[in-house]
Amino acid sequence: MGENLVAVAYIGATILFILSLGGLSNPETSRRGNLYGIVGMTIAVLATVFGPRVTPAAYPWIVGALLFGAAIGLYAARKVQMTQMPELVAIMHSLVGLAACLVGFASYVDTSIAYEGAEKTIHEVEIYLGILIGAVTFSGSVIAFGKLSGKIGGKPLLLPARHWLNLAGLLVVILFLVKFLQAPDIQAGMLPLIVMTAIALLFGVHMVMAIGGADMPVVVSMLNSYSGWAAAATGFMLSNDLLIVTGALVGSSGAILSYIMCRAMNRKFLNVIAGGFGTGGGSSPAAAGAGPVGEVTAVSAVETAELLRGSKNVIIVPGYGMAVAQAQHTVFEITKLLREKGVNVRFGIHPVAGRMPGHMNVLLAEAKVPYDIVLEMDEINDDFPETDVSMVIGANDIVNPSAQEDPGSPIAGMPVLEVWKAKTSIVMKRSMASGYAGVDNPLFYKENNRMLFGDAKKMLDEVLAALKG
Amino acid sequence: MPLTIGVPRETFAGEKRVATVPEVVEKLVKLGFDVCVETGAGAAANFGDEAYQAAGARIAGGVADLMAASDIVFKVRAPSPGEISLMKPGTTLVSFIWPAQNPELMQALADRKLTVLAMDALPRQLSRAQKMDALTSMAGVSGYRAVIEAAHAFGRPFNGQVTAAGKIPPAKVFIAGAGVAGLAAIGAAANLGAIVRANDTRAEVADQVVSLGGEFVKVDYEEEGSGGGGYAKVMSEGFQQAQREMYAKQAREVDIVITTALIPGKPAPKLITAEMVRSMKPGSVIVDMAAEQGGNCELTDPGQLVVRHGVTIIGYTDLASRLSRQSSTLYSNNLLRLTEDLCKTKDGTINVNFEDDAIRGLTVVKDGEITWPAPPPRLPAAPPPKPAAAAAPVAKKSGHGHGAGEPASAKSLAILFGVGALLFWLIGAYAPASFLGHFTVFVLACFVGYMVIWNVTPSLHTPLMSVTNAISSIIAVGALVQVAPPLGEGAEGRPDTLILALAVVALALTAINMFGGFAVTRRMLAMFRK
Repeated sequence: MGENLVAVAYIGATILFILSLGGLSNPETSRRGNLYGIVGMTIAVLATVFGPRVTPAAYPWIVGALLFGAAIGLYAARKVQMTQMPELVAIMHSLVGLAACLVGFASYVDTSIAYEGAEKTIHEVEIYLGILIGAVTFSGSVIAFGKLSGKIGGKPLLLPARHWLNLAGLLVVILFLVKFLQAPDIQAGMLPLIVMTAIALLFGVHMVMAIGGADMPVVVSMLNSYSGWAAAATGFMLSNDLLIVTGALVGSSGAILSYIMCRAMNRKFLNVIAGGFGTGGGSSPAAAGAGPVGEVTAVSAVETAELLRGSKNVIIVPGYGMAVAQAQHTVFEITKLLREKGVNVRFGIHPVAGRMPGHMNVLLAEAKVPYDIVLEMDEINDDFPETDVSMVIGANDIVNPSAQEDPGSPIAGMPVLEVWKAKTSIVMKRSMASGYAGVDNPLFYKENNRMLFGDAKKMLDEVLAALKG
Repeated sequence: MPLTIGVPRETFAGEKRVATVPEVVEKLVKLGFDVCVETGAGAAANFGDEAYQAAGARIAGGVADLMAASDIVFKVRAPSPGEISLMKPGTTLVSFIWPAQNPELMQALADRKLTVLAMDALPRQLSRAQKMDALTSMAGVSGYRAVIEAAHAFGRPFNGQVTAAGKIPPAKVFIAGAGVAGLAAIGAAANLGAIVRANDTRAEVADQVVSLGGEFVKVDYEEEGSGGGGYAKVMSEGFQQAQREMYAKQAREVDIVITTALIPGKPAPKLITAEMVRSMKPGSVIVDMAAEQGGNCELTDPGQLVVRHGVTIIGYTDLASRLSRQSSTLYSNNLLRLTEDLCKTKDGTINVNFEDDAIRGLTVVKDGEITWPAPPPRLPAAPPPKPAAAAAPVAKKSGHGHGAGEPASAKSLAILFGVGALLFWLIGAYAPASFLGHFTVFVLACFVGYMVIWNVTPSLHTPLMSVTNAISSIIAVGALVQVAPPLGEGAEGRPDTLILALAVVALALTAINMFGGFAVTRRMLAMFRK
C-alpha cells in the first residue's frame, strides 16, 4: 500500500469516527454509530500495518500485542458490572495516557527521523507536551479509578497552599521545557524529560485527589478529554493527521461533556478543578443560621406501596444510592407492576446523578427500563405539580430545594429536580446524613415529604412484595 | 393508673358524627387507655355498640354513667350546660369549642374546673400540628358535600352536553374563599364537569385553584391578604369595594355560588348582598358554608334551606355531619394523633405540656383557669419574602444539551478573540509550513467535534464516553509506526530494542482499550430499548 492509499484510508476512518459520534445522538442509531467506530478503527489499523511505515518484521510483534490486549479488553468488557462503568472508563483513560507517554519517549529516542531549526523545536515541544498530557491523564485516571471503586476515600484531599503547589509545578515544567530544548543531544535531554514526567504524574494525582465524589462526573469527562488531547499531541509529534483529527474529536467531546456537567451543577469549571466542594472557606449565611425546621415523617415500605398503588402519575428520581445498592432491577420490577396497573411511571434523571455522565441511564437500560420513559431534568421538571408521588432513590443534592430557595446555600442556583412539587414525595435514604455537598436538605422536612429509611435494595424489595401482595 | 377516655353520644340536634370510631378505640387501648362509649354513640355514623366492644371499649348505659367513669372526654360539638354539669371536676375535655364566639361556655367550663383542649384553637401554622388539624379534615368533607347539596338543589346537570333533545349548558360555579373547604369544593365541582371560578384574598392560593381545575378570579386591587397561620385577614375599605364589584359581577354570571369565607374570632364577612341575590338567575343556588358564623350571604338562614328571589340559599351548618361515617373517622384520627402527643409515655396517662406549642395553643382552659388565647408559637411561620436574587439564577437555566449554551458576554468574547488572534499570529509568523497543515486539520477537527457532540442525547453520555475512549486508542497508529519502521540512512545508533519494547507495550495497552472500549459500548447500547 502506498502513501496515497494510506492517506485515503485515513480520511475514510476519520469520516467513520465522526459518523460514529454523530450516531449517538439517539438510541436508535447509536448501535450503528458504534459499528462505524469499529470499522473506522479497523481500517485505520490495517492501513497503517500494510502501509509504508511498517515493515513485515513488525508483524509478529503487532499480532502478539493486539491479541494480548484484545483478550484482556474483551474479558473486562464482558465481566464489568454496569454499576462499575465509571471505574472501567477511568482505568481505560489511564491506558491511553500511558500509551501516549510511551510513544512520546520512543519518538524522542528515535534518531532515524532528524529535524532542523524551527521544525526541530516544534517537534520537541510536541514530544514534551504529548508526554506531559499523557502523564497527567495516566496518573489522574488511576486516582479517579481508585476513588470511583472506593479503594481511595471519596473525600477531597486538600493540601495546604495547593494552588501554589500547582503553580510551582507549572513553572518547573516550563523551566525544564527550556532546558529540554537547549539540550545538545538525547542523553542531555532525557533528564528534563523525566523530571517533567514525574511532576506531571504528581500533578495528575494531586488534581484528582482534591476533587470530591460529587464532582466525579466532571473529572471523568475531563480525563476523557485529556486522553483525546494526548492522542492529538502524539499526532503532531508523528505528523499523522488521523491521530490529530481523532484526538481533537475526542478531546472536544470530553471538554463539552465537562462543560455540560459543570452547568448542571451551576459551577465554574475552574472551581471544580480547584477542588473541595463546600469546603472552600466561603461562609454561607444560611448554614450559619438555623437549619431547616420541622418534623420528618417516616413511612414503612407497606405504606409506600399503598401510596404508589393509589396514584396515577409517579416519577422516580434515582441517584448514586441506587447504583450502590444495585437496586435498578427491583426498581424496574416495581415500574413494570405499576405500569400494568395503569400507573404512569416515569424517570427523571439529573445530568450529574451518579458518578459519570449518563450513569443512571445506563443502569436503567441494563434493568430493561424502556428509554422513552426515562426523561431528562428539563423535560420532566414541569410535570411535578401534576404528579401524585415522586420517589427519590438514593439521591440528595440533586433534589435539594435550597438550591432554589436559599441564596446563601453552597448549591444555590444549581438546577434541581423539583420533586417537592408533587403531591407526595418519598425519599429513600439510609439515614438523615447530608449529601456530598454537605448541605442539609429541607426537602426532608417538607409537609408532603415522607422518608423511607433503609438500604434502597432491601426497602424496594419490600415495596415490591407489598405491591404484589 | 390508666385513665378512662369517655365518648358520649352527640346531643346537638342533627349531629350524626361521633368523636371516636372503633378503629381508633383499638389504638387508644394500645396506648394504655381504657375507653368507655355511651350506648348508641356511633349509631348515626353506622358504628354499632358491638363494633366498639369488639375493639375493646366498654359500653356505658347512659351519659351520666359515662361521665362519672371518664377522666378524659372526647366530643365533636361543644358540650351543653347539662353535659358540663355531669363531668367530674378535673376532667380533660377535647372538643370543638370556638372560644371567641362562646364566652359563656368558656366560663362554665372554667367554673367546672375542667381542662379543655379546643380542636379549633390549634396553631395551624405548625407543620407538626397538621396531623391533628380537625378543622382541615372537616372542611375537606364539608367542601365536597357543599357541592353535592348544590347539585341536588340545582335544576341541571353540571356538565355540558349536546343531546338530540337539545343542548345542556355546563353549570358555572363560583367559589368564594379557597381554603381547605373551598379547594375541596373546586375539585368536586370541576370533577362533576362544571366551569369553576374561585377567589381568595390570599393571592398565593391562585396556583392551587388552577391545579384543581378552577380559574382564579382576581380582585382588581393591590393588597395582600395573608393574615398568618394560613388564615385570611380583614381587608381595607378600598379592597372591599373592589371585591364587592367583582362578586356582583360573578353573581350575575354564575349558576351556583359556594361561599367559605371565615375570619378567625370574627363573624363571617357579608360577601353576597340581598341585591346580588336578586340579580342572580332564577333557579340559581347559593351554599353558604359560613352559615354557622353568621353566613357570607345576607339572606342566609343558618341551618335551613330557603328560597329567596328564586334563588335557593342553603345554610346547612352540618355539612360534615352529613357524611358522618367518613368525617367521624377523620376526626377521631385527629384526636388519636393529639392523644399520642399528650401521652408520649404510652402508659395511659396524659401530660398537658405547655412547652409544646401545639398543645399550648389547643389548651383553652387548664385546671379551671382560662388560658385562651395562647401566645403565638415561637417558630417562624411562613417563610419571609425572598430577595429577588434567589430567583434569578434559577430562571437562567436554559435548554440543556441541545445547543451551544447562552452567548457569552461581549467582553469575554472580545478577550477570547484577542487571545485567539494573537496565538494564530504567532503560529503564522514562526511555524513552518508542514506544521501549519497539521494545525489546520487540528482546528477544524475541534470544531467538527464540537458540533457533533452537542447533538448527543444526555441519556447516551456514558456510551459516548466509552466510545470516544475506544476511539482514542487510535494512538495505536502512533505505536504501530514505531515498532519496526523501514530504516534509511542516519539510523545508526538508533536504540531499536528500546523503541520496539516501548512501542509494543504501548500497542498492547491501546489494544486493551480498543477492544474493551468498543465491546463494552456495544454491550451498553444493546441494553437501550423502548
